Parts: sequence; C-alpha cells; structure tokens
Amino acid sequence: MEIITTIINGLSIGGIYAMIALGYTMVYGIAKMLNFAHGDIIMVGGYTIYVTMNLTGHPLIAIAVAVVFCVILGVTIEKVAYKPLRGASPLAVLITAIGVSYLLQSLAQIVFGSAPKMVRIADMGSLKIGSLKIQVYTLVTLVCTIIVMICLTLFVKLTKTGRAMLATSEDKAATQLMGISVNRIITITFAIGSALAALAGLFYLLKAPSISNTFGSMPGIKAFTAAVIGGIGSIPGAMLGGFLLGIVECISYKIPIIAPYTDAIEFLILIVILLVKPTGILGKRRREKV
Amino acid sequence: MALLEVENLEVYYGVINALKGISFKVNEGEIVTLIGANGAGKTTTMQSVVGLLSSKSGNITFDGHDISKLPCDKIVKLGMTQVPEGRHIFQELTVYENLLLGGFLLKDQKIIKEDINMIYERFPRLYERKNQIGGTLSGGEQQMLAIGRALMSKPKLLMLDEPSMGLSPLLVDEVFDIIKTINNEGTTILLVEQNAGKSLAISDRAYVLENGRITLSGTGKELMSSEEVKKAYLGG
Ligand SMILES: Nc1ncnc2c1ncn2[C@@H]1O[C@H](COP(=O)(O)OP(=O)(O)O)[C@@H](O)[C@H]1O
Ligand SMILES: [Mg+2]
Repeated sequence: MEIITTIINGLSIGGIYAMIALGYTMVYGIAKMLNFAHGDIIMVGGYTIYVTMNLTGHPLIAIAVAVVFCVILGVTIEKVAYKPLRGASPLAVLITAIGVSYLLQSLAQIVFGSAPKMVRIADMGSLKIGSLKIQVYTLVTLVCTIIVMICLTLFVKLTKTGRAMLATSEDKAATQLMGISVNRIITITFAIGSALAALAGLFYLLKAPSISNTFGSMPGIKAFTAAVIGGIGSIPGAMLGGFLLGIVECISYKIPIIAPYTDAIEFLILIVILLVKPTGILGKRRREKV
Repeated sequence: MALLEVENLEVYYGVINALKGISFKVNEGEIVTLIGANGAGKTTTMQSVVGLLSSKSGNITFDGHDISKLPCDKIVKLGMTQVPEGRHIFQELTVYENLLLGGFLLKDQKIIKEDINMIYERFPRLYERKNQIGGTLSGGEQQMLAIGRALMSKPKLLMLDEPSMGLSPLLVDEVFDIIKTINNEGTTILLVEQNAGKSLAISDRAYVLENGRITLSGTGKELMSSEEVKKAYLGG
C-alpha cells in the first residue's frame, strides 16, 4: 500500500516539475535560449501569493494575481533583457539570464528580507482509503497539473498560435515567410511559461508552506534536469521527464540507505540518459533533406 | 509603376561584398528570372527582398510601399512570399498543417478550407499524403508542398529560389509547368535559377547575375540567343 502512496506523491511532485520543465523547454525550443531565470519566476509567484493572501485571504484571488503578475514580469524580462540580444552569442544570452536570476533574488531579499515567510493557503487535510493515506493537496496538485498539461497540448496541436509555435521552434525563416511575427510568438511563449511557473509556485507552497528568495532555485534545477532528460525542446519530453524525476525522487526518499543521496541520484540519471541518448528520451535530431 | 522595384541593393556578409548595388524590376503579370552561377548572389537577393536579410542598403519598393526596412512578416502581409532555397517545409508537421500555416494570414475558415482543397486538386500527391509529416516526403513532393504552402497566402508576387534544384528531369519539367500555370492565373513571378534554359523559356524578362552584379538583361528570348548566355549558362 505504501508503494501506491509513494507513486501518487511522486506523480504529484513530478507534475510540478513537468509544469516548470515546460517553461524551460518551450522557451528553449522557440527562442533557442536557456532561461536561467525561469526558476525565479516561481519565487516571484510564491511571494505574490504570500502578499495577496495576507491582503485578501482568498486563495483564488491570490492565484489569479500571481499568474497575471508573473506573466507581465516574464514578458517584460524578455522584452528588456533578452530581445536586444537576439542574434547575439548564446553565451551572452545565458550570462544575461543568470544576471536576471540574481537580480530577482536580490530584489526579493530587499523587499521581504532573508528570513523565510510562512504562507498558509489552504489546509486540505488527508484522505483515507482502506489502509491508504494520501494528503489531499497531492491529489489536487496531480489533477490540476494534468489538466493544465492536457490544455497546453491541445492548444499547441489545435490552435493557429500553437501551430505557429511549433513552426517557430523548427524553422524561423520559413515561419516568417508565412507572415508570422516570430517576436510575437516568443512573447506568447514567455507568457505561457511564466503562467505555468506561477502555478508551480502555488503547488510548491501547498506542499511546503514556507518561502524565501531562493524558493525557486531547487525546483528550477530539478525541472531543468527533467526537461533535458525528456529531450529539451520537446513538450511531451518535459512532461515525461518531470513525472519520471518525481517518481524517482519519492521512491528514493523511501529507501533509507539512499535517501540522503536523492538529489545526486536524480542528476546521475540525467548523466546516464545523456550518455545513452544525447538528445534526451524524446528529443530529436533534425533530419535534413535536400 | 512596377510591382517590385529594387534599386542599388548592396549586401555585405562581414567583409564579403555579396551584392554590389544591383537594380531590377518586376512588372505586374510577368515572370522575371535571375540566372546566375553558384555563389553569384541569387539567394542573397531573394532574402533581401523578402526581408529575411536586414543588413542591406538600397531601395526596395513593392506595390507602392517602401519595404527596404520592413521585417519579413510585415512584407509577407503586403502580398509577397517566397519558396525558399531548399524548400524549408516544416519537417515535423503534417502536409495539412504545413498548408494551414501557409494560410496563417487568412481569417475566414471557409476560405482556408476551399484554398486547401484547391491546392489538393492542383497537387493530388499532397492530398494522398495529407496526414504524413513533411520530413517523410520525397524531394519532389516537398517542392510541391513548398509551392502549395506559398500559394495559400494568395501572394501578388511569388518568388521561387531554385525550385528545380535536386529534382529529376521529369519533375523539373513539371515544376516549370506549374510556375507557368500559376503565372497564367494571375500571379507575378520572380524566379531564381541555375537551370537557365528552362527558366528563360518561360520568362518574360531575365537578368544575369555575376559576382554580385547584374551583367546582362533582356527578354527571355533575347537572353536565350545571346552568345554570352549560351556560352556560360546553356552549355555552348
Ligand atoms: N551567411 C553568409 N555568410 C557569409 N557569406 C555568405 C553567406 N551567405 C552567402 N554568402 C556568400 O555570398 C555570396 C552569394 O551567395 P548566395 O546569395 O547564396 O549565392 P547563390 O544563391 O547565387 O548561389 C557567396 O560568395 C557566398 O559565399
Ligand atoms: Mg542560392
């Protein structure tokens, strides 16, 4: 029975990783850059929830405000910091993104101090089914992340904008020849990634209701690992990588001798998978045809 | 006034002077061809005109608009598009999705449907393969898809960069027939080719591009009978 609880917990944390990983992978696929500051958007989302919860006491208002604020922030960062570097060397863009990450963390520290803040969003209690005991928030998280991922998949596959995103990730010149503004598609991508990061911040707070300015760092790195394991640039890959990493993490925590090395094990999986398949599980090498 | 007018177009890639101030025009209804050897600057010209290349100098006007400084997507909105060299179809999307993207600027769902059906009628092979992903098509099918996708936006000016490249002789003939048909139906064509014989035969006018300069111009017939062209491009 214990194993079922563990797997549900794993899928739940995996769903959060997947949501963050989607932000990394879509921005990488479309803007061809590693948005190192993506994890810090989660942190900003978390603090926004903290502030609005204190002001209004309404979880739904807090979530909505956090999503809107993160979308505006993500799009602004792209416009101000990354857009001027379009066509610059990837290293320059990466260093800028690292700079943005430190900027956000430092600003948060100035505004909120360095002591962690408690954020009580909702106490959902736990559920008993036979001998199975599950925290309700894990189920809520799992269901919500799956719904979000289904919506995103349908959006990308079935809408004009989604199709334009796939086209942009494959071939920018050809996409422009269709009359599509690649800049606009990049803006939309950052908006979606930031909204997902804000939601990830919410689910993280349900799990561990305490926030500091490095709140987004570890989930950011884990989710990035998940995106690379799944194949960076691939949307299903980010989902698969996220769930895989979440399950490995929860199982590893349950085995006393390896539990302290859980993070190391996750990164080891990354290295092994990259050795076996350098593009990640679902990543593709582009076929060139003349 | 010409539909497309290019004046003194100059392009540098770093220190390489790929275009040294070329001027040409395309009138409404014409097929105009730029012929030139490998490296002459044909693709550079095409990319400059459609706005994929922004570091350039000179004046380009299209349909009464100054497009010299416009980005590619804005230029396409004015009614020109291009079948790029190497076709550049979306390899991971289906034939149908490629065509939908070609019609990205169209708003009316009904018209998009009708247009796609028209493309399928023109290229039955595409209809047979509508749910196949682009990367698995043969070279000829990819070329048909690239042309079909470009036609979806109903351009006033269609530019094609070496559409016959890498195709079997039979398919080359088919591609030139298609270009001629599209032109007869009212679309102005700017063509770039190394295959001088076939392209001059269907062209109203043509220019010869050598090392970034236009060295000769005239009607298709004139250039076909020109000694220089015969020697350099028609194999004697
Ligand atoms: N991206 C580039 N960087 C540097 N040089 C280039 C680039 N693209 C083309 N060139 C050079 O510019 C010249 C013209 O190239 P291009 O326009 O592709 O010729 P064509 O299409 O007629 O074969 C060639 O000498 C080519 O080597
Ligand atoms: Mg060329």
